Amino acid sequence: MNILAYIIQKEFIQIIRNKAILPMMTVLPIVQLIVLSNAASNEVKNVNVVVVDMDQSESSRTLNHKIIANDRITLVATSFNTNEAYFYLQENTSDIVIEIPPNFENDYINGKQPKIQLLVNATNGQQAIVGSGYLKAIVASFNAKLIQKVIPDISISKQSNTTISSRYWYNPELKYTHFMAPGILAQLTALLTIILSAMNVVREREVGTIEQINVTPLKKWQFILGKLIPFLCIGLVLFTVGIIASKLIFNIPILGNLLLLFGYTTLNIIAVLGLGLLISNFADTQQQAIFIAFFFIIIFVLMSGLFTPIDSMPKWAQQLTIGNPLAHFISVSRKVLMKGSGFWNIRFEFLYTFILAFIFNGLAVWSYKKQV
Amino acid sequence: MNTPFAIEVDKLTKRFGDFIAVNAITFKVKKGEIFGFLGANGAGKTTAIKMLIGLSKPTEGMGKIAGFNVDTEPEKIKKNIGYMSQKFSLYDDLTVVENIQFYGGIYGLSRKKIKEKTTEILEELELTEVSKSLVISLPLGWKQRLAFAISMVHDPEIVFLDEPTGGVDPRVRRQFWETIYQVAEKGRTVFVTTHYMDEAEYCDRVSIMVAGKIEALDTPHNLKQQFEATSMDEVFLKLAR
Repeated sequence: MNILAYIIQKEFIQIIRNKAILPMMTVLPIVQLIVLSNAASNEVKNVNVVVVDMDQSESSRTLNHKIIANDRITLVATSFNTNEAYFYLQENTSDIVIEIPPNFENDYINGKQPKIQLLVNATNGQQAIVGSGYLKAIVASFNAKLIQKVIPDISISKQSNTTISSRYWYNPELKYTHFMAPGILAQLTALLTIILSAMNVVREREVGTIEQINVTPLKKWQFILGKLIPFLCIGLVLFTVGIIASKLIFNIPILGNLLLLFGYTTLNIIAVLGLGLLISNFADTQQQAIFIAFFFIIIFVLMSGLFTPIDSMPKWAQQLTIGNPLAHFISVSRKVLMKGSGFWNIRFEFLYTFILAFIFNGLAVWSYKKQV
Repeated sequence: MNTPFAIEVDKLTKRFGDFIAVNAITFKVKKGEIFGFLGANGAGKTTAIKMLIGLSKPTEGMGKIAGFNVDTEPEKIKKNIGYMSQKFSLYDDLTVVENIQFYGGIYGLSRKKIKEKTTEILEELELTEVSKSLVISLPLGWKQRLAFAISMVHDPEIVFLDEPTGGVDPRVRRQFWETIYQVAEKGRTVFVTTHYMDEAEYCDRVSIMVAGKIEALDTPHNLKQQFEATSMDEVFLKLAR
């Protein structure tokens, strides 16, 4: 046990003397939190629209005004010519062309059900679906009002049909940053610790000090644990800095038990560090270590549910995320912070992460060879 | 355990694929002896040493270091040997004292013992003034002597020195050899490789390795007679052509 203390002490001295690590632990997470939480947004905040009004009636103009009045929609141009409108789509200056046919009002009054056409630039699927959704909602409400106006005597106005009222739980204001910040926090912690640990043992190999360590009777587990504990501390500091920053900057909700979150975070960092050390054992140079680490990081981040929900992945991909410690971390971070989940709600994340921690660290100890 | 030999090696061999780096070397080193392990670059010296100190598994043959088998008991060997590699291997970003403490610590010395050793090393090497300086700031000669002292922080029976005097000035080399003699006088065995033939003359016995094999092994005096040479330099050149 005493021997372990000497290794940990030495690692800490080296970490403190390393001028790059302190900013990495403080400035980096805050900058990333601010930039990513705001910028990495799937929210569609602006839809550019071209209106082709071939009717020029009172009704068509009312619809036109309704569209312009929406603050998420920008009217790029109005046109009488469909071809001209297509040009805007092609130029990417417009996301949607809305075509109101001639005789729209007349047909409407005569009960002929005129058709409004939306031409949507679907290069970006998300933008297309959400944008056309906005417009459909506007047309629907316009439709309802028009029916009342045109056919006031019909008792539709009494609205005897079902209405839906939604209330948004856990994030009532639908703030995107509340959703992103906890995820990015988790991603940052995992990313930094995996890189630091992957680089560390390789560096000793490059410098040659590992050979000196290997001729001592030091046990393999002592060596791995001696590396793991200091980096665990760094990871926890980083996570704490991140939580405080998110609270101060975005006022993220902290509904759950922070002790539970930190408990899980500790377990998760241990798992990720195990992987980092495992990578370290197989790489001969720091360059190799970084490349291998990046391979995992990219898969982990893109399949973590940070940007795209895991539920909308194909079944096989969903199953793969069980092996992704970052996916569990993000899930737990969101659940505990936003929903106030307790241990029972995140038991599977705990279980999976525990298994991963065991496998990664086991392999790290096993693959660390004192003898070649 | 009660053999007079610190190192016993019998037909020790290391192959890397088809290449035979060390080809069935056989020799014995007595306790308290200064044994010079010479050879040209690429002759297989470092590979041989790595097998002796338990860093590399032998392909064939038998080796006993301090009574322990190199193949099956490398961790026991490690408690009883010190090793200073040709690549400088202290931590540059730790101070002199921190390096001593760290290595003392991982050899499992007690806190009190580490303290004693620290004072002893600092005084012996006259490093007290720079004890709190980072090792990176020391001149190479000082670093090498410190590395030597640290490789013996746990008072091993045998110490392996792989080109310890490479790149240091003649004065430091002299100090180095004085230390080696002191170590040997205390009954410890010194196993040393070098490219300086004047240093070879200081050894009790010398082996010369050529292309993975030991081609000559005797006292410097006898080797010179055997090869009808006036200096070890000549002996070496005659063998390692």
